[in-house]
Order: sequence, then C-alpha cells, then structure tokens
Amino acid sequence: MTDIKAEIDVLPGVDPQAQLLDVTDLHVEFRTAYGVAHAVNGANFRLAPGETLAILGESGCGKSVTAQAIMGILDSPPGFVTQGEIKYRGVDLLKLSEEDRRKVRANRIAMIFQDALSALNPVYTVGFQLGELFRQHRGMSRADAKKRAVELLDMVKIPAARARVGDYPHQFSGGMRQRVMIAMALALDPEVLIADEPTTALDVTVQAQIMGLLAELQQQRNMGLILITHDMGVVADVADRISVMYAGKVVEEAPVYDIYKRPAHPYTKALLESIPRLDHKGQELSVIRGLPPALTAIPPGCPFNPRCGYVQDVCRHDPPPPPYAVEMDRTARCHFWREVMADEQSH
Amino acid sequence: MSDMNAVATEAPGTQPIVPAGPIKQDKPRSLAGDAWRDLRRSKIFWFAAVLVLVVLVMAAFPTLFTSADPRACSLSRQFAPASGEAIFGYDYQGCDIFARAVHGARNSIIIGILSTLIAGVIGLLFGLGSGYFGGGVDAVLSRIVDIVLGIPFLLAAIVLAKRLASDPNNNGLWAVTLTLGFLGWTTAARVMRSSVIASKNQDYVAAARMLGAGPGRLMLRHILPNSMASFIVVLTILLGVNIAAEATLSFLGIGLKGDAISWGIAINESGAFVRTAWEPLVWPSVFLALTVLAFIMLGDAIRDAFDPKLR
Amino acid sequence: MFRFLVRRLLQMILTFFGATFIVYALMFANQDDPIQALVGERPVTPAQRTALTELYHLDEPFLKQYWYYMQGLLTGDFGRSLTGREVSDMMTDAWPTTARLALMSILIAATVAVIAGVISGIRRGGMFDNVTLIVTLVLLALPIVVLAPLAQLAFGIKLGWFPPTAGRNATTYALLLPAIVLATTAVATELRVTRASVAENLRSDYVRTARAKGLSNRRVIGVHVLRNSLIPVITLIGVDIGLLMSGAIVTEGVFNIPGVGFNLLRGIRTEDGPLVVGFVSILVIVFLVVNLIVDLMYAALDPRIRYE
Repeated sequence: MTDIKAEIDVLPGVDPQAQLLDVTDLHVEFRTAYGVAHAVNGANFRLAPGETLAILGESGCGKSVTAQAIMGILDSPPGFVTQGEIKYRGVDLLKLSEEDRRKVRANRIAMIFQDALSALNPVYTVGFQLGELFRQHRGMSRADAKKRAVELLDMVKIPAARARVGDYPHQFSGGMRQRVMIAMALALDPEVLIADEPTTALDVTVQAQIMGLLAELQQQRNMGLILITHDMGVVADVADRISVMYAGKVVEEAPVYDIYKRPAHPYTKALLESIPRLDHKGQELSVIRGLPPALTAIPPGCPFNPRCGYVQDVCRHDPPPPPYAVEMDRTARCHFWREVMADEQSH
Repeated sequence: MSDMNAVATEAPGTQPIVPAGPIKQDKPRSLAGDAWRDLRRSKIFWFAAVLVLVVLVMAAFPTLFTSADPRACSLSRQFAPASGEAIFGYDYQGCDIFARAVHGARNSIIIGILSTLIAGVIGLLFGLGSGYFGGGVDAVLSRIVDIVLGIPFLLAAIVLAKRLASDPNNNGLWAVTLTLGFLGWTTAARVMRSSVIASKNQDYVAAARMLGAGPGRLMLRHILPNSMASFIVVLTILLGVNIAAEATLSFLGIGLKGDAISWGIAINESGAFVRTAWEPLVWPSVFLALTVLAFIMLGDAIRDAFDPKLR
Repeated sequence: MFRFLVRRLLQMILTFFGATFIVYALMFANQDDPIQALVGERPVTPAQRTALTELYHLDEPFLKQYWYYMQGLLTGDFGRSLTGREVSDMMTDAWPTTARLALMSILIAATVAVIAGVISGIRRGGMFDNVTLIVTLVLLALPIVVLAPLAQLAFGIKLGWFPPTAGRNATTYALLLPAIVLATTAVATELRVTRASVAENLRSDYVRTARAKGLSNRRVIGVHVLRNSLIPVITLIGVDIGLLMSGAIVTEGVFNIPGVGFNLLRGIRTEDGPLVVGFVSILVIVFLVVNLIVDLMYAALDPRIRYE
C-alpha cells in the first residue's frame, strides 16, 4: 500500500504559510422528528502551531459538535453542516471528497475523546488498535506496526510497554487508557490535536498528569491543540486562548489571562463568578439563573438574554450581537461589553 | 414454534435519534404519554389491535359469524365444496370448515388467557421475590428457573400434559392450561426480576424506605408500577405463544381431546387427506396463524413504543 | 476463568438432576398400578409381576427407584424400552438423522440471518430493513404446526419441488424442505439479534474513534463493528443448535422423519416410560452441554468476560 503521507503533501491547495486551522462562520444543524436543533450557529476559531485554544462552555453548547464537524465525523443524518468553512492550511475541508477528508484524519488532524473505556474497541488489543493506524495509513507490516505501537506506549509513559501491548483496554486503569488514546491520536504525527474533554472522566491527580503529558507532547511537536472542556480550572493552566461558547455561538474569545482578569461578556463573567472560592466561605454560591436554551428553540436576539444581568430591550429585539472587537485579538458578542468590562470583579 | 425468550428480547424500531439537549420546560412528558403517542402512529399496532378484537369477539360470540353448528357433521357431505352456507366447504367428516374454525377460537382464547394468567402470577411472584430479596432467595429461585428451562419446552409440555390428562372423560382443557401455565412463566419471571433489580436501586425507593415503608408497600407502590410495562409486553407475547402451543399439543394428540373443537385438532385431522382436499388444512391454519400473529405483533408494538432507547 | 467453569459445571449438574427427576416423577410417580403402566395395554401374569417388580425395584420407595435409575445413567445404562430394545440403541439409531436435519437447518438459518441482519442493521429504517422486520415478525409468530403442514402441502404436494416426506435414510435433498421449515423458526430471532447488535454497535463510541482514525467505512464495519456485533449472535446460534437437536418433534412428525423427536413422541403416546425418560435424560445432557459450550464461546469471543 502506498505511503499516504506523501499523498497528503500533494493535497491540492495546501499552503504551508497559511493559518494552521481557520474555522469561519460554521453552522451545524440536526434534523430530527422533534424539530431542527441548531447546534452551531456561526462559530469562528483560529489556531496556530504550538498554540493551545480552549473551547469552554456548558453541556449542549455545541463544542463537541464543532470538533466533530472539523474532523468530519458528524453523524449525518441527522447532522448537517449548512454553512461555513473549515480551512486547514488554506484548504477548505468541507469541500474535499470523503476520500481526501479521510486522509486528513489522523494524519493531519487527530482527536481524543472523553471516556477512553468506551472509545476504545473492547475486543481488540491495544497493540492491534495502535498498529492499525500504521498498517492502514502507512502500509507497514504487522511486525513493524507492532514495534511502532510499543514505541508509542513508551512515549506516553506506560510502564512495561512491550508486555502491555497485548492487553485489552479494560485491563488498563482510566489514566492509562487515556494515555493509550493520546498515543493513538499522535501516532501519525498530526499537526492539530483536538481533545474533547480528555480529563473529565478522571480524578484530579490523574487529570494533572494527563494534562502535563499533553503539554509536553505538544511542545515537542509544535502541535496545535484544541482543548474542549467545561472545567475552568483546567483551562487556566494550559490554554493560550479561550473561546467561550453558548448556544452554538462563540460569545467571547480572548487570551487566557485577559479573560480571567476582565471578562467582556456577561456569560463569561457569570461563569467566573460561579466558581466556588475558599475566601468566600460562608457566603451563598453564585449561580446563573435559568437553563441553557433547547437547541430547537433558541431565543431571538442574543441567546443569553433570558439569563443575563445586563439585559436591555435591544438584546431581545435586535438581531444577535456581532463579535465586537474589544481589543486587538479579543472579541465579544455583547452590545454592552464596555459595561461588563468596567464592572469591578469580585475576584 | 415461537421461542418465548427470543420474541421477548427484540430489536428496536426505526425512530430517528434526538441529540442530547435540555428538555423544553413547558410541557412535561411522561414515558407512558410518549409511548401512547408513538403507538397511535404505528400501523402495526392498529392492525394487530383490530385482529385481536375480532378474535376475541369470535371467541365470545361465535354465532355472530356463523349460524352453522360445527358439530353437525354428516358423512354425506364429505369434502363437499364451498357454498353459500359453508363458505369454506366441508371436511373429511362432513363438518362445516368455517364453523369449526370460528368455534375453535373459543378454546384457543380461553386456554391462552387462562394459561397466561397462571404463568403471569407465577412469573410475577418469582421475579419479584428474586429481584427484591436477592441473595439466597434469588439463588434458589434462579436455580428452579434453570431446571425448568433445562428441559426443552415441547418435551416438558408433552410429558406434563400427558400426566395431567389422566381422566379420559374430560376434554383435556385444564391439563393443557395448567401445563402451559406451569411451563411458560420463566421469561416473565426473568423480565420481572431485571426490572425489579433496576427499580430497587433507584433513589426514590431508598427515599421511601427511609420514610419507613415496609417491604410489602415498597414492592407494591414503588417498584411494581415501574416494572409493569415490560411485564405486560411479555404477557401479551406469551398469550400468542400459548395459543400456538395449545394448537401444537392438540396437533400431536396430547392437547385437547374428545370432540373438542380446536385449530390444532383440525390441522391434525386434515393431514391424512391433504392430497384430496387442502381446505381443511389451510383454513384452520390461517385462523391460527393470524391469531398468534396478532398477539405477538401487539406485544412487539407495545414494546417498541416503551423502549426508552428510542426516546 | 477457572472459577467460572467450576460454577457452571455445578449449575449444570444441579439442573441435570432436577430436570431428570421431574421427568422421572412425571412419568412414574403416583401411578395406581405401575406395573400395568409399565407394560401398557397388555395383560400381566403374576409371575411377570414379580419379575418386573424386582427388575424395576417397584417395591422400594420412589426416591430409591430414582436413585437406581440415576446409577444406571451414570454407568451408561439408559434403560430398556417397553418394546424390548435398549434405549441407547434406539438413540444411536435415531440420532444421526436428527443431527443432519439440525445442522442443515442451522446452516441455512445462520447464513440468511447474519447477512440480512447486518444489512438491516446498517441501513436501519430503509426499505430492506422494514421488509425484513415484517417478514421476521410473521415468521416468529407462525407456529411450526402451521408452517410445516402448509409447506409440505405447497412445496411438496402441489408444486412438487421436494418429496413430501422423507423416510429412513433420507437423501439430503429430501431433508431440505424440513430443514428450511425448521430454519424459519431460528432465522427470525437470529436476524433480529444481529440487526439490533449491529445497530447498537454502530452508535458506540469506539466507532467514532475508528472514524476519527481515518479508517475506511468498510474497515470500520467489517473489522470493528462486526466483531463486536456477532458475539451475541454466535452464542444464539449455539443455543439454537441445542434446541434443534432436542428433536424437532412436529417437523419430524409431519415429514415422517424417524429421528429423535419422532421416536420420543411415539414413546409418549404409547406410555413407554423407560423410553421417554431415557431419551429425555440424554437430551437434557446434550442441551446442558451445548449451553455450557455456548457460555465458553462467549468468554472466548469477548475478552472482557475472560479476565473476570
């Protein structure tokens, strides 16, 4: 079998100088018997090599769907990308044939998932599932693929790699399984790694180890990392930039320190304020009242308006706010971002 | 013959999958409400329901369908062709085929319902006991289930029915009913057991227990209602299976006897002369098949409607 | 794994004793005149009575009788039929035909079920799927007591495609129609289980991972989904083999095949107690052994169970 890597390099239109990943105005909807769910409504992301972009948001805000759309593994039907561009080094992935798109996966853009136990096939050994990548994409023999598999397990610091390569996923602990997933994703040296809630299912100490491993591997390879999470604590350590999503839109995008120091969107602000703090012991916890909207019935105007502390009539009646340029490199979709920024933070 | 276990553990339907997301606040949806809505839209459900209704009416009031007497047989009419009076013609003994088929519904339905009720009660007690008490009780009861299942159904039925039908004078109705009742409860018990185990671990049961509810009340008011849906499905399907089983036993000569009217007996008797006349074989078969089909389809449709995996 | 085996063997032994005891009790317990029951319709002389009483230990308590019977079983003596023949001989006579029939059926059923089930599972909601669902529903519901005679009438007698009855030493072709009839009872469930299994596995997380690895659709389905999906089906096929071997009584009766079920039915009708109990004991053993093998297969196929 031919070496697929060579074929990628002659993917038409690839411009090594272009932005590594550039997602513009992405719209994804799910057509079901109960109505159309608008999962992503105009999302924009950019990623540079070596950069870590965190996509933050509650369950159902569209972050996983975005990731799946970028990878091209949406369940379709019922999911459909209705608008937008996903440009990898200048090539719009949405316009590629399925064959070409398949070659991009794992080779150029890879993904790891939340629950490694269900994300790995239970009836095949870890060595088989790792080696498969080399056999299918690089045409390697079984023996060579197995050797590479052992090397990969070593790379993610799984002890006794040679012995463990014949083990099944359920024989590993949670943290080890996640390392196997990371090894699988990085096997073909992709340029972008999307990590969809990689540590949510793990306990805190293991979380730290896994995030540390990811950071180290990213640095070694100068890889772009998209980290999808709802955990603000994890993000603070690791991310360079944060995109906050709500109801399928990116409501705020900023470098990490700026967002924590002075958020420009009421939702971000409310999220930050809801983090329990030790020095607020004894006081009532602050919550965001209300619930995120059903994706089949997103409110008109700004989708956050039913729950917003800064809401005015214009939020309900005018079209949704565009991404205002707050500073260079920062946007916020709020008509009143100046007020939000001006308010003194309680932290 | 339909394998009870097989029919009861079946495939999902063809509903599309709704992505996870917050539920609308305004209209509370219950599982039963959703299930009924889906049932109403299912063509299979309506087809089966109508069939079941027709068969039940036929069993209760056979004279609505035919005025002929199924026992008024005269050899002079042997194999006489279909006519205005007997729309299917006459069989080997000169009996009206249509009349026999219509009247045969009664025995089938009676045996079907009674045996299913017996099996249901036994299954309920076993399943509830096994699931609720767990531990040693569960171990013993499950071993009993294993033993009953260790003998292939038809073999056990034949042996048991023969034993129970010791009195040659009665027509064997109770022998067959008891046989099917005593052998058919295993799937119902298993289904009830898993539902009970699933419900038992729910928080609302723990809450009720904390408030002082005793085992009886817990079982009756809290656990049982939630296990009823799949139990009813199993019983509906069991009804169909039992009707088929009665016909099979009667066909083999071990079921209803004497001059009882049964589809199984009719099929048996028609066998020897099938080269001469196919009507005595085909019509009772059609009636039997449609009846069994109706109940099994009904149970299937209800189960699909209640399957939470399709929500 | 070892503990699992031991546990299953103990269960098997318990079930075996329980099942055979029930059958023995049903055939022999509480008979008014057990000797008359033993010989059936024929008259009995006092001398015969004494001889039979001694032979069958009829003057001893029922449980003792059962014990003697079990002892015989464990040494391979399955008793003697009232017709005079050894039960084990009759079994060796009848077994091959039934086994042939059963294997033919399973082959037909499994092939159709797996192929159609996989296609249905992949294209759920499609035309093929809906048709298959309805067809299997009808097949599931049709009792064999309807299917067998009608098939014989339609294809054996009217259309003449197959011989309407098989007999002793039937050719494979003569067994084909009964095998197909028997297969229909198994095909419906096997197909539905395959379909459900494939549909469920297609939705699982590891399929998403496999796609994210850039694997072709053919590989995702052919390698990843299939291996997981077939586990419940293969075990079901094993169970079905066990069921079919237990004697397709109705089918053998309709098509006049002198197999296990046929002989068993005749034994029951003629109240041939020893024959019935002997045959059923053997069948229970076969059934249990097949179920044990199926469980072992399950462990062999699914690594998660292996390492419990």
